[in-house]
Amino acid sequence: MPKINFLAYFLAFFAGFCLWNACKSANGAEELPDKISYNFHIRPILSDKCFACHGPDKNQQKAGLRLDMAEAAYAPLKETSGAFAIVPGHPESSELIKRITSQDPDYQMPTPDSHLGPLTEREVKLLEKWIRQGAVYEKHWAFLKPVKTELPKVSNRSFPRNEIDHFTVAKMSEKGLKPNPVAQPEQLLKRLSLDLTGLLPTASETENFVQQFSDQTYEQAIDRLLASPHFGEKLAVHWMDISRYSDSYGYQDDNIRSQWPYRDWVIHAFNQNMPYDQFLTWQLAGDMLPNASKEQVLATAFLRNHKYTEEGGVIPEEYRVEYNLDKVKTYTKGVLALTVECAQCHDHKYDPITQQDYYQLYAFFNNSKEPGFEGDVSTSKPAKTPILTLSDAEVKETLRFIQKKDTGAVMVSVMGELDTLRSTFILQRGAYDKPGARVKAKALEAVLTFDSLQYPANRFGLAQWTVSKDNPLTARVFVNQIWQEIFGAGLVKTTGDFGMQGNLPTHPELLDWLAVDFMEHQWDIKRLLKQILMSATYRQSAEVTEHHLQTDPDNLYLARAPRLRLKAEFVRDMVLKTSGLLVQTIGGPSVKPYQPKGLWEGATSGRGVLKTYEQDKDSSLYRRGLYTFVKLTLPPPSMILFDASNRDQCEVKRARTNTPLQAFIMMNDPTVLEASRVFAQRMLAEQGSLTDNINRAFQTILCRKPSSKEMGILETYYKDQLAQFTGHKLDAQKTLAVGDSPVNKQLDPAASAALMKVVNTIYNLEEAITKS
Amino acid sequence: MEKELLEHGLNMNRRKFLSRLSIGLGSVALGSLLIPDLFSGDDEEAIMAGLPHFAPKAKRVIYLFQNGAPSQLDLYDYKPKLREMQGQDLPASIRMGQRLTGMTANQKAFPLAGSRFNFNQYGEHGMWLSELLPYTSKVVDDICFIRTLYTEAINHDPALTFFQTGAQVGNRPSMGAWLSYGLGSSNKNLPAFCVLLSKGKGNSQGVYSKLWTNGFLDSIHQGVQFSSGENPVLYLNNPEGIDKADRRKMLDQVAKLNEENYQNFGDPEIKAKIQQYEMAYRMQTAIPEVTDISKEPESIVKLYGPDCLVPGTYAANCLLARKLSESGVRFVQLYHQGWDAHDNLPSQIVGQCKDTDQASAALITDLKQRGLLDETLVIWGGEFGRTNYCQGVLTADNYGRDHHPRCFTIWMAGGGIKPGVYGETDEFGYNIASNPVHVHDFHATALHLMGLDHEKLVYKHLGRRYRLTDVHGNVVKDIVA
Repeated sequence: MPKINFLAYFLAFFAGFCLWNACKSANGAEELPDKISYNFHIRPILSDKCFACHGPDKNQQKAGLRLDMAEAAYAPLKETSGAFAIVPGHPESSELIKRITSQDPDYQMPTPDSHLGPLTEREVKLLEKWIRQGAVYEKHWAFLKPVKTELPKVSNRSFPRNEIDHFTVAKMSEKGLKPNPVAQPEQLLKRLSLDLTGLLPTASETENFVQQFSDQTYEQAIDRLLASPHFGEKLAVHWMDISRYSDSYGYQDDNIRSQWPYRDWVIHAFNQNMPYDQFLTWQLAGDMLPNASKEQVLATAFLRNHKYTEEGGVIPEEYRVEYNLDKVKTYTKGVLALTVECAQCHDHKYDPITQQDYYQLYAFFNNSKEPGFEGDVSTSKPAKTPILTLSDAEVKETLRFIQKKDTGAVMVSVMGELDTLRSTFILQRGAYDKPGARVKAKALEAVLTFDSLQYPANRFGLAQWTVSKDNPLTARVFVNQIWQEIFGAGLVKTTGDFGMQGNLPTHPELLDWLAVDFMEHQWDIKRLLKQILMSATYRQSAEVTEHHLQTDPDNLYLARAPRLRLKAEFVRDMVLKTSGLLVQTIGGPSVKPYQPKGLWEGATSGRGVLKTYEQDKDSSLYRRGLYTFVKLTLPPPSMILFDASNRDQCEVKRARTNTPLQAFIMMNDPTVLEASRVFAQRMLAEQGSLTDNINRAFQTILCRKPSSKEMGILETYYKDQLAQFTGHKLDAQKTLAVGDSPVNKQLDPAASAALMKVVNTIYNLEEAITKS
Repeated sequence: MEKELLEHGLNMNRRKFLSRLSIGLGSVALGSLLIPDLFSGDDEEAIMAGLPHFAPKAKRVIYLFQNGAPSQLDLYDYKPKLREMQGQDLPASIRMGQRLTGMTANQKAFPLAGSRFNFNQYGEHGMWLSELLPYTSKVVDDICFIRTLYTEAINHDPALTFFQTGAQVGNRPSMGAWLSYGLGSSNKNLPAFCVLLSKGKGNSQGVYSKLWTNGFLDSIHQGVQFSSGENPVLYLNNPEGIDKADRRKMLDQVAKLNEENYQNFGDPEIKAKIQQYEMAYRMQTAIPEVTDISKEPESIVKLYGPDCLVPGTYAANCLLARKLSESGVRFVQLYHQGWDAHDNLPSQIVGQCKDTDQASAALITDLKQRGLLDETLVIWGGEFGRTNYCQGVLTADNYGRDHHPRCFTIWMAGGGIKPGVYGETDEFGYNIASNPVHVHDFHATALHLMGLDHEKLVYKHLGRRYRLTDVHGNVVKDIVA
């Protein structure tokens, strides 16, 4: 790209703007599909523009009209006699069309004060055509049970390696795209290692892989990585966001708690390849399984990871209710990808979920033994009732996956049912002190009928309903989350919302095929991952061409591999692992690595043991990002700046931003600087040549060999720095004095510092924190 | 014009935008701060066009949050009746069975406690102010006191969260994040939303980073915590042994190598990364300049008080707030802890006022003398008020006050604010007598002053259009000039 002056730049902006406008009008003229689908073409329009006043929320329905159901939409209008909102086959006599095309502010829809309208020309045309074709309604796609369709016939016979590719390449052809060629072997190994363990391969692993690269060694690498104990850590990072894991209670005093054995269990369960249906069942109702083991009870900490107030003077019931709302939210968003919070206060405006449905779901969680308040911070304990206590002996004998020091028992907040059923009421406007009608536990009817003969009306029944193969959401949602882990975006981009306001799947048949296949194979997570990683779609190179940018800038159609910034935890892991500092212990209490001084102290109430940041020492400084202590009121800044969840609530998807503050971390965080120094000195100690050392650093961090030009840049930089340090224009001792690990005094400080600067430069490259 | 064009890019995502502008990306970094969401490339799209919605009265906000809830009855809301009825029980006809916190709900009696401090009238509107505020009393004619704020929460955490994000719970964006999202930054080297923390000697309640969270907005809108110490922004400073020239040299290598990789992959993200490093470099110069108070003249130090030279004090933060705001930071949020006087209120509040009165008033005077007050909205207030009855034992010269959400005083000054007094509470200072202002109304008004219609500043997230004011809020037109 040429450098251009400001004026040219300005003109280019203007050109870009015009181009954008041109595209827009071109889109407007895009041909309408032959067959208009309610689910894929019409519902998104109605849901976005009409349902707020003419949808499922009966308290908001204007003019007694709803447009989300055929019978109601076809019926005579209550307030305009002789008129019908929709007359199937006759758009010209349908009041809906008249209103959305009207210019009269008193007549047009959506009303001007709704700030929603007017509809675009294309939207109007779609609605007209749909009505002309008979205005046929369909159940929402996500609430229909997924079925395996036949694989699409593809003309590009050479591309597909497995079923996934038939779906993707068919879509590519439809959009005028061709798949990218296969990526270089070194990139494939980097990608596989990051996707399955969150860690980079070593330079020698990369070298061996490149030398022996074949279909067979590719598959072997997948199998080896799936069997790695770090596999569980990789997926646990995702699951910690869903289960909103933290090491403190949140709210104002924000004292310490010990939920970490739950985190260790999650890692263990993924490593054991526990089937997803079982994984969910234990977390939702492990305590209610017959003769529940301590491990099964431990899994229910999933429902207890939310915040707890220790503020003196609170009204306990207000918070007990709050905690249950959080359980409902976590379950619905993380497991079912539905946003149901609207129905806390009123019937859902978009999805067929009434306020009654909401509190029926809430009732499953409302029988928990937990009180709303157990005293203020002065009486704080590491867990809240009901508590699972794990002794040293139990950990040593049966729960060996828990990485616990011999320091007596550890407590975890878990689930436990009251003996007498607590009544549940609809809370008017969601207020804890305004109970309305009484309701009984029942799962969401719109998703799948909760058959009371089949399922008990308690959490165990809910768990069974959730993992029923008839449940249209559970498998789809998890498959989509896994797809997002690999490709950066799900097949449904709104990972947390499969409802009517969510995005439609880009590849609906593929999503369904994968979901059904996943269930048919006993919800086998490792198998699902292998299936995706074995596909040709996954193996494409990440090169972006001008054609890609013009036709599919978002890479919705997967004609190239994505380039994705690493998650916050893996940025840290990358730095520690490549430098050799990483301590690869799995599990245990969370740790407190370097953090800028005064952060906790500046924001604390002054109460509780977390009022000051007591930085850890020695090996605890070099653990994976997954184990960094999360204090809810001030989560670790280097993680937050790289878009980690603040763990305040269940999150299913992280943003991926690119900010100058991230550059500061890579330039100035002692973690990165210390790693640069340690890596440099390790190489110097082995007495390789300069070229060897730069090669090694480059290959270790970027997983490929430098080009001669890249090598030239770094060698020149090294020589310049060496001269600066030798001539004392820069201070080598000061440069090296970072981090707790000892500086190797045997080595020449100037050479050490110069090579350290080279390593730090490589850490700062975009490629270093990018999966490509 | 450039900004206008960028705004039209709002509905496009980052890759589309970058790809359609196939040019050197000289100001992508600028764009990313000016134009929220341009660089997120996410599905939860912005649904805005034409911002601000109308001509703004104010361009920037400085919010002096008094964390822990100052007692309006000892500072602003003069109630001689309470002294007359000192020690008598709060009449049930006034209390009307309203819910109380767990700290006083079980008290057998609710003895009224008049303020120990004397009040006098000041300024052309005859505003009653307590003797604890000698400096504020001198700038009273620039201020609008709203005595009838009310909220729904009765505990600190939810009340603070409500004031900052418009909801008591949930991970919603805070007010500064909304303004960053809506209006962007006007200084390409500084974040749009900056946060400063300080702590008084009184009973503290802690602050939490979720108060300055971006919530579901992009993290570019998150408040950036500043301090007046040696490292004003996290990780900003080069490590020991690296100077500016040396940093420049290193960044040149980074840029060259990134450019090489761009040639291999063609991903516009790589170009954006190069620009972010350049912006980081500029910030390394810009931020120390703006946070350096050593060059402030003696008159300024005198105005804010000697504490303004001590990093981390409220006075230092007020001065820093002026400097950041003056440099174009859209929203400067201060938090000062220590107002939660459940007991020993008289002695605690004396200390709190000593720490805050002079600097708060100085900020107004300083902005005014620079001609900036007209375009800067200054807000002073806590998360709720305090009760007219005593918590614990009432003695002749000592009392405590519990939380009171039903009426309390905040003040606003500067950009678009009509100075005066708004709203009346009853003679007990317990209920609102006229002109109630809900937290949502407060938010609607603040956005209005910034040229934003609170019903139109929306962000679609998980299928719903979110607003700072949820589905409520009315602009309090009477206080708008």
